[in-house]
Amino acid sequence: MPLLEINGLHATVDGKPILNGIDLVIEAGEVHAIMGPNGSGKSTLAYVLAGREGYEVTAGEIRYDGKDLLEMAADERARAGLFLAFQYPVEIPGVAGTTFLKAALNAIRGHRGESPLDAMQFLKFVREKAGALNITDDMLRRSLNVGFSGGEKKRNEALQMAVLEPKMAILDETDSGLDIDALKLVASGVNALRAPDRSLLVITHYQRLLDYIVPDYVHILADGRIVRSGDKLLAVELEEKGYGAFVGAKAA
Amino acid sequence: MARKSTPFADEALVAGAPWIDALRGDALACYREQGLPTARSEAWKFTNLRRLERIAFAPSPAKGTPVAEIPDGIAALDGAYRAVFVNGRFDAAQSRLGDLPKGVEIGSLAAVDPDLLEPYLGRIADTQVHPLAALNTAYMADGLYMKLADNAVLDAPLHLISIASAGETAQRFHPRHLVVLGENATATLVESHVGAGETFSNTVLEADLGVSAMLNHYKLQNEAPDAFHIAFSQIRLADRASYDGFVLQTGARLARNEVRVQLGDRVECRLNGAYLGRGDQHIDNTTFIDHTAPNSTSREVYKGVLDDRARGVFQGKILVRKDAQKTNGHQLNKTLLLSRGTEMDSKPELEIYADDVKCGHGATTGELEEDALFYLRARGIASAEARAMLVAAFLSDAVAEIQAEQPRAAFQAVVDQWLDATEASTR
Ligand SMILES: Nc1ncnc2c1ncn2[C@@H]1O[C@H](COP(=O)(O)OP(=O)(O)OP(=O)(O)O)[C@@H](O)[C@H]1O
Ligand SMILES: [Mg+2]
Repeated sequence: MPLLEINGLHATVDGKPILNGIDLVIEAGEVHAIMGPNGSGKSTLAYVLAGREGYEVTAGEIRYDGKDLLEMAADERARAGLFLAFQYPVEIPGVAGTTFLKAALNAIRGHRGESPLDAMQFLKFVREKAGALNITDDMLRRSLNVGFSGGEKKRNEALQMAVLEPKMAILDETDSGLDIDALKLVASGVNALRAPDRSLLVITHYQRLLDYIVPDYVHILADGRIVRSGDKLLAVELEEKGYGAFVGAKAA
Repeated sequence: MARKSTPFADEALVAGAPWIDALRGDALACYREQGLPTARSEAWKFTNLRRLERIAFAPSPAKGTPVAEIPDGIAALDGAYRAVFVNGRFDAAQSRLGDLPKGVEIGSLAAVDPDLLEPYLGRIADTQVHPLAALNTAYMADGLYMKLADNAVLDAPLHLISIASAGETAQRFHPRHLVVLGENATATLVESHVGAGETFSNTVLEADLGVSAMLNHYKLQNEAPDAFHIAFSQIRLADRASYDGFVLQTGARLARNEVRVQLGDRVECRLNGAYLGRGDQHIDNTTFIDHTAPNSTSREVYKGVLDDRARGVFQGKILVRKDAQKTNGHQLNKTLLLSRGTEMDSKPELEIYADDVKCGHGATTGELEEDALFYLRARGIASAEARAMLVAAFLSDAVAEIQAEQPRAAFQAVVDQWLDATEASTR
């Protein structure tokens, strides 16, 4: 049984059709990459998967881990192991990074039938993960994402993923805004999570990320449809030719 | 024009020292002349007292101190001195005023020699601007008397506990508090207003701070769901005095807390507050900061959260007079609305006659941010908890304005309890 199965997905935002029939099957353990021009619907797909309000599914279905994903609330999906690293992480003044992460981790642990971590255990666990991503204690203590640089916000998304250990992680342009060193740190963090029971959906504009996180499949999204799918060589081809050669073409 | 209404003015005036009799007589005439405020008066545009008029409040107490135990909901202040008032009358039995430091007098206003009160009582508050404060002056019977001599230091906070208590019959009363700090004196005064039943407490507090005196003054209004709480405080700050004020209003059916401060030269004035309303509560905060002399700083931040059908009012006026050069004034009012039925009226007002001043103000009213809520939920945090986290975050820097540590923690605990109840109700 695939971990994620999307069939004929159509979705609108404010009445405007954005996703126009998406089919995608992700087996456990696989890494899929989605590339596509600005405005093609990549983030929309990510939000629909994460359960954001205001994104209306008009046709199609999504099954996740044997369940009807569209029946689940956003927080339920997250507790069931679905994770979205946001393209634009939200700043939340007054909520300390650690407070937030502890609430999230314990909610998810509760769902897995694990006992909540106490403050000491939590801090030890998070510090370890944070260290690997070059995230300082000060960044953890501060209000969530407030005043963080673009790259710091992205590293913070990677930290949350490392701490929450999702089954299905969707990375929406997590590489955008990262310097070369940070990109390597984030990529190795992501690779450390790779496991036979975990899957990744990596949205990116750059083939470079895929040198570090090597995908099993690459899909090109244009105008709310997957117009071409292939292996990692498709990303290389895309880098050479640009979207012009693919957009307007039929799905392969 | 509709006929004015003058309820609650049917009691006979208590006779005393001639100057007090005159004060009472003038005040009653002032109340009769203006009547109970209506929405036609600019200052009361957003707070309607018609409901108050419909209740047959009996004057309390006719004689003696009514008996009531201290209910839950007061600020938790271990080790504080205590002055307890039941329906405005001093309750010696529940008070704790032993071993006051040198130069500090605290007790019942009714027990003080009127000659000692004459320079202050009714001389600090502009009660003619507030008909109900005038009514208080006419009928005041008792309240807190706190006087610190020059250089005196109150070594622990004084906790004024005001219990509004009514059984079968609705009760009205007019507590009158007087706080006088001599030059360089220092004190912390915490007020907890609590109670049970249908009550109308119409309070006036006058405070006079001498040169370089310091007063921390924190008020918790946590009265019962059927209570009406009308309070008028006026604080006079002499040169180089400093005042740290905070008002947390979360109780009562209808509450209006009006604070007026007058600032001398090089005064440091902080006048902050928070309000938490739910159900059908109506909570009004009205302030007037009067910069009369140069080089002073005032800071005012009021933040509130309204749920269900609660209504909030903020009217904040800052006046910078012609001589008040180099004034630094900052005012901010922010309200978070948790439900569609709520309403907030915010009216910040700056009136500046000096040319070399730095003043800013702002007011915002909004709902919880959907983006933030989704971000938390997308990490597995359940909706009710996510909302509670965001509301707590909104309020986190409000109570933080309180400079004294123990009262700050006590007020934060009251806020946390309110938040827990809000979270529980959305679950
Ligand atoms: N609220 C909205 N109302 C109308 N159109 C919207 C709304 N939100 C998004 N869109 C449109 O949906 C389309 C898809 O947006 P989406 O963010 O999914 O693109 P994307 O592929 O992620 O682009 P990028 O590479 O720039 O991140 C865009 O044309 C965008 O303008
Ligand atoms: Mg996008």
